[in-house]
Amino acid sequence: MCGIAGLFGDGVGTREDAGDMVRMLDAIAHRGPDGRGTLARTGAVLGHVRLSIVDLPGGAQPLEDETGDYAVTFNGEIFNHVELRRELEARGARFRTRSDTEVLLRLYIERGEACLAALNGDFAFAIHDRRRNLIFAARDRVGVRPFFWTRGARRLAFASEIKALLALPEVEARPDPLALAEILTLWFPLAPRTAYRDVFELPPGHVLVARPGAVEVRAWWRPDYPTLAEDAADRRTESDIRDELAAALREATRIRLRADVPVGAYLSGGFDSSLTTALASEFLDRPVETFSVTFEDAQYDESAYQREIAARFGTNHHPALCRGADIAAAFPDVVRAVERPILRTAPAPLYALARSVRAAGTKVVLTGEGADEVFAGYIFKEAKVRRFCARQPSSAWRPALFRRLYPYLPGLAAQSPAYLRAFFGMALDRVGDPLFSHLPRFATTSRCLAFLSGDLRAAIGAYDPLQALRERLPERFATWHPLAQAQYLEIAHLLPGYILSAQGDRVSMAHAVEGRFPFLDPHVIDLAARLPARLKLKGLREKHMLRDALGSRLPASVVERPKQPYRSPDAAAFFGDAPAPYVAEALSPAAVNAAGLFDPGAVGKLARKCAGGGARGAGDNMALVAVLSGQLWARDLAGATPLARSA
Amino acid sequence: MIDDIETGIRGFIEENFLFRSDGGELARDASLLEAGLIDSMGVLELVAFLEDRFGLKVADADMTPENLDSIAALTAFVAGRTAASVAA
Repeated sequence: MCGIAGLFGDGVGTREDAGDMVRMLDAIAHRGPDGRGTLARTGAVLGHVRLSIVDLPGGAQPLEDETGDYAVTFNGEIFNHVELRRELEARGARFRTRSDTEVLLRLYIERGEACLAALNGDFAFAIHDRRRNLIFAARDRVGVRPFFWTRGARRLAFASEIKALLALPEVEARPDPLALAEILTLWFPLAPRTAYRDVFELPPGHVLVARPGAVEVRAWWRPDYPTLAEDAADRRTESDIRDELAAALREATRIRLRADVPVGAYLSGGFDSSLTTALASEFLDRPVETFSVTFEDAQYDESAYQREIAARFGTNHHPALCRGADIAAAFPDVVRAVERPILRTAPAPLYALARSVRAAGTKVVLTGEGADEVFAGYIFKEAKVRRFCARQPSSAWRPALFRRLYPYLPGLAAQSPAYLRAFFGMALDRVGDPLFSHLPRFATTSRCLAFLSGDLRAAIGAYDPLQALRERLPERFATWHPLAQAQYLEIAHLLPGYILSAQGDRVSMAHAVEGRFPFLDPHVIDLAARLPARLKLKGLREKHMLRDALGSRLPASVVERPKQPYRSPDAAAFFGDAPAPYVAEALSPAAVNAAGLFDPGAVGKLARKCAGGGARGAGDNMALVAVLSGQLWARDLAGATPLARSA
Repeated sequence: MIDDIETGIRGFIEENFLFRSDGGELARDASLLEAGLIDSMGVLELVAFLEDRFGLKVADADMTPENLDSIAALTAFVAGRTAASVAA
């Protein structure tokens, strides 16, 4: 787990290129405090900053094979490297190190692009293949590890974070108006677009093959599901699946505990992370180090459940209290880490948590992330109820079901049936829209667009992020069950675009902490994808099959507790008793005008409403966080490079 | 008096839900829901405003889009309730 960077093109390899590589690695030094390597070759310079986890003495990178024809720079982990090494050795391969990096390189030399299918891991890597004069780069299936690239007149450049690319003289930090429209509608820029013009993300499950003057990007893996007919014909019951699922998740956890340093676990107190903790404790011969965020406000805090699980599994528990002021204090650094505007403060407590993990001497943590998306969690219940209502739009009592969906939202509990129908009944006539499941969420989010400046709105014009997303959907999408369609949107887009990046890699690696995700193991994903929809979401029982197969390992209070999604105070964090001084400055008309992203009058009204404690709804809170993060991001843009400012 | 009611309601909506001032005036009968100006908490904010500003009690049964979903509907609702309480 580390940071990577590279330059490639005819004539690349000069002293100037090597100097640029130093600046690139400086910009991502936080990802790899344990070592640094640069390899200048004819036509390419590869760089690496190392967080040493596997093969501490032998894992230095970039790594060349013994012929010098191939060299790799690799960020991530190949969890099944032990088994792959054994297979390669059986066929005569000899290894110089114990590292998974060498296994990856060997496998590529043996199989080329086909090596990817054998990898069970979270990875982003680039191999310079000197024989064929190309760069072969690839990213893991769901996008745990990041990979960004750009191309100038002379060379291709790539890196784990955009800030490394902004360190290059040919790359200008300019906002992409269409990306901002996407963020303020979908929560994320639609890969390969990033918030920066001419800087691209390699989408999850994609490869990039660069030859001098040409770049080709294509998918090597996509989530896939049974057709509607196959789903209906699947007669399996819980007992047919239970053991296989439990075994797959145990194995996914076991190989994710492989490391030459201790592996800890994030423990939110919900079902998913409690299960991760339980499974980890089955394999470790010492107490699991567990780490939790706690909040003062009871509507966000889950510490009672965290303590219960910690006691049950005898973990060495580390709670970290996160106050509103802590969120506000960390927020500018969080924006610098995530490199774009965001809609929620939720990454900030995770940023602070990773800092405390690192301070406790832990480099690697398991997390429960991905379970909701893979096994059909609470996020999918709303669409099911909306489809149910769409069958009888005039029903007086069906809308009352919406209250059951979000018991933690006070605004809904107090709502009349007429308004419940009005809010959730939106677009009930659009059940044929491939985005049906997500339309209410996108509608709420897109209220933020009203805050964009006139110039940006003009630049965005008629561009419709929803249509752009529809056009990205695979052909098979239309053949899937509606639940699988909604899962695809989450796994292929929201998970990498927001959860695994803004709440994942970027905030944990800011402190050189590696997250590992048992629920995102490829075998677990495949097995879950093949489950019939009726067993994923049984009635409105979310993650039914996961609870059925593994719930017995946890206290009933945790298995059956109502879902409490991870949330943190948003607008309120910035307008407490002693607001951080940067907030008023960033939201001032002068700063808003100077940045050019937002409308100063609208921002002024929003700021007044928030300061007066009037922002209670999701729309206002998202708008405030979007505007404030956008302003901080613009301030970073205005500096030469984001990281240069903080260094 | 109706004008005062409407002005007060419009001011509250412009300041708290519309935010922008460069898009022209919000039409009297424009749906707040369809314009994307109001969410579930927004309805509660609106009700709290009506109760504070006009001294009304808004019953659960009155919390319907028919009563609350446009400046015109809100004005008529408040005027009707105010007149009813004066008459009583």
